[in-house]
Amino acid sequence: MSKILFKNCKVVDTSNEKIVKSDVLIEDGVILDALPSIDLKDVEIIDCNGNFLIPGLVDMHAHLREPGDEYKEDIRTGTMAAIHGGYVALVSMPNTNPPCDNRSVVEYILRRSKEEGNADVFPCGTITKRRQGEELAELADMAEGGAIAFSDDGSWVQSSGVMRRALEYSKFFGGIIISHPEDRTLTVRGVANESPFTIKLGLRGMPEEAETIAIFRDIELARLTKGRLHIAHVSSKGNIELIKLAKASGLNVTAEVTPHHLIFDEESLSNYDPVYKVNPPLRTRDDRHALLEALKDGVIDIIATDHAPHADFEKMDEFNSAPFGMIWLDLAFVVLYNELVVSGGMDLVRLTKVMSTRPAELLKLEGLGAIEKGYKASFFAFNPEAEITINREFIKSRAFNTPLYNSSMRGKVEWTVKDGKIYRF
Amino acid sequence: MDSQSLTKKDLLGLDELDREEIELILDTARSLREILYRPIKKVPTLRGKTVVNMFFEPSTRTQSSFDLAAKRLSADTVSVSTRGSAVQKGESLLDTLLNIDAMKADAFVIRHWASGAPHFLARYTKAAVINAGDGTHEHPTQALLDILTMQDRFGSIEGLDVLIVGDILHSRVARSNIFGLKKLGAKVTLSGPPTLLPEYFQDLGADISYDVDEAVKDKDVIMALRIQKERLEEAYFPSIREYRKFFGITIERLRKAKENAVIMHPGPVNWGVELDFDLLQERESLILNQVTNGVAVRMAVLYLFIKGEKES
Repeated sequence: MSKILFKNCKVVDTSNEKIVKSDVLIEDGVILDALPSIDLKDVEIIDCNGNFLIPGLVDMHAHLREPGDEYKEDIRTGTMAAIHGGYVALVSMPNTNPPCDNRSVVEYILRRSKEEGNADVFPCGTITKRRQGEELAELADMAEGGAIAFSDDGSWVQSSGVMRRALEYSKFFGGIIISHPEDRTLTVRGVANESPFTIKLGLRGMPEEAETIAIFRDIELARLTKGRLHIAHVSSKGNIELIKLAKASGLNVTAEVTPHHLIFDEESLSNYDPVYKVNPPLRTRDDRHALLEALKDGVIDIIATDHAPHADFEKMDEFNSAPFGMIWLDLAFVVLYNELVVSGGMDLVRLTKVMSTRPAELLKLEGLGAIEKGYKASFFAFNPEAEITINREFIKSRAFNTPLYNSSMRGKVEWTVKDGKIYRF
Repeated sequence: MDSQSLTKKDLLGLDELDREEIELILDTARSLREILYRPIKKVPTLRGKTVVNMFFEPSTRTQSSFDLAAKRLSADTVSVSTRGSAVQKGESLLDTLLNIDAMKADAFVIRHWASGAPHFLARYTKAAVINAGDGTHEHPTQALLDILTMQDRFGSIEGLDVLIVGDILHSRVARSNIFGLKKLGAKVTLSGPPTLLPEYFQDLGADISYDVDEAVKDKDVIMALRIQKERLEEAYFPSIREYRKFFGITIERLRKAKENAVIMHPGPVNWGVELDFDLLQERESLILNQVTNGVAVRMAVLYLFIKGEKES
């Protein structure tokens, strides 16, 4: 591959925490240089037109549905949606069919993403066999085969004994154990936050304490084992303090928040539209504000999307029967730029760090998270002025289950470069 | 007939109606009720209109009441229930609605086990959707018939002291009654075990008392709710016996209420659990008046919500 020079960019420089006018030269999928001005002849030149050049995003929590539920999404469509949204790498959750609970499924996912993938896929294996919370899956073998983390996502490992072993055992190969914190004995048939608001709607509640109890236990097990714990989709205010204390006492605990818990709250449920049905449920406005503060001050490390594609016919049902989840890969950055940077008091550098630099660090992915010499040529051009309309043509995911469907907003990923390959939109 | 009409397409709950709209339905029900006492119990008001009863949960009273109400007004009725319909073959709720909608119905009366199911369907049809009970959310026509029954007995709802006892958490009847009664000026007190009566219900404007002996004092109306035996499995309370002992309406408890206090119940009653049978010897029960008023209220609702030209 020959050299490509990106001119006239506003590079989001995550190391120096500023935005700098600069030119970026790449070759063979690697950044050769990023300097205020580079002038070279005989190279392909791409004009950024003054748009932001942002390090490729990394999603630590996405559902690609392959193998098993390809009618909802597959590796090709999911990773194309990712590229379209500025993501260059993502962690695929293991609640597929069959679940990703052994090395052969890990290898299948890696092979399929090599064949058809756009963004890189790093499979997450299950913690337990068949995701049943009883026997440990072959964690080390899966790790050797390419699994980057382990989670029974969708269900919590209800047994403290099994979770203890997972945190303890995974230390010898450096595995990350991701907890989906939900004491299910408190959320039986629950579909929404438990609050005065949802009591009025007659929706069965899932109290935030179901999450708090689970997070507290897992933090204590991390303390006991010195294991590596990551907490998925923190959704409420009360849990932030627990994570803060865990970090203060030196535990190896990190946490994520989803875009939907940052921008929506339970009041969206008043019309019983299942597009807002997610797990953990949307909580109160107060929770939403607290999550944003925790993200700004670093108690919550990253934004992970929990991209959860479902077919239209599945979401076009009454609230109780519709499945949990919404899609994000195409949209997360544009939407969060509007909600958090334009009107939420977070700066663009911070947003970039929590969506790219920090998740790359947590996953120990080399060469991602910054636009600097020696890093991968994986970044995207973001035009904050261009208008997009979120419709069937715009969305590259196979699914359309987002409350933002049929809306318009400013901000567009003009193109994404991944390992030197350019995808234009 | 009254020339007033409602602007809403659907009757989804009493929470979204204002006092005037509730009073219009009640006044209409009172004037239509007279038809039920005629030798020929039928008027041509809704001739040529089609009412579809979609019941996704077993119901005797409500389904037959809506069916009769529609027939009294000369509407054609058709029933879709979970048994013997495409729903059993795995057809989705929406497909079922759209298929029947394509047969040109004027109103859908929907009973569903899930809260919000009528709201969901209402978005996909131009016909009126009448909520005949959705999950644990609302049962507006039940509350309307309860309120009509109280009006018959006491003249006005304003200032009435109403106690609702039982499984408030899972009760759509309780929610609709709270919304309706509060809007018409009644004072509502709720009682039941704390597991079935979260304090959040105060936010709906009701008082809460976990001491039924105290709560029945000076009440005009005591409404008991059916205790579902399934609640036992989820450990909401330890036994039926213990429920009756602390929350059942017994003669001793009833004697603490006002002398002319009445007993109400949305039915079907578990005698010996939420209500003792011997109450009927001593006090007036309005349970069967409720049933008669049910037909009148549903006639009013169908009349007011079915749009378009009506014969009078």
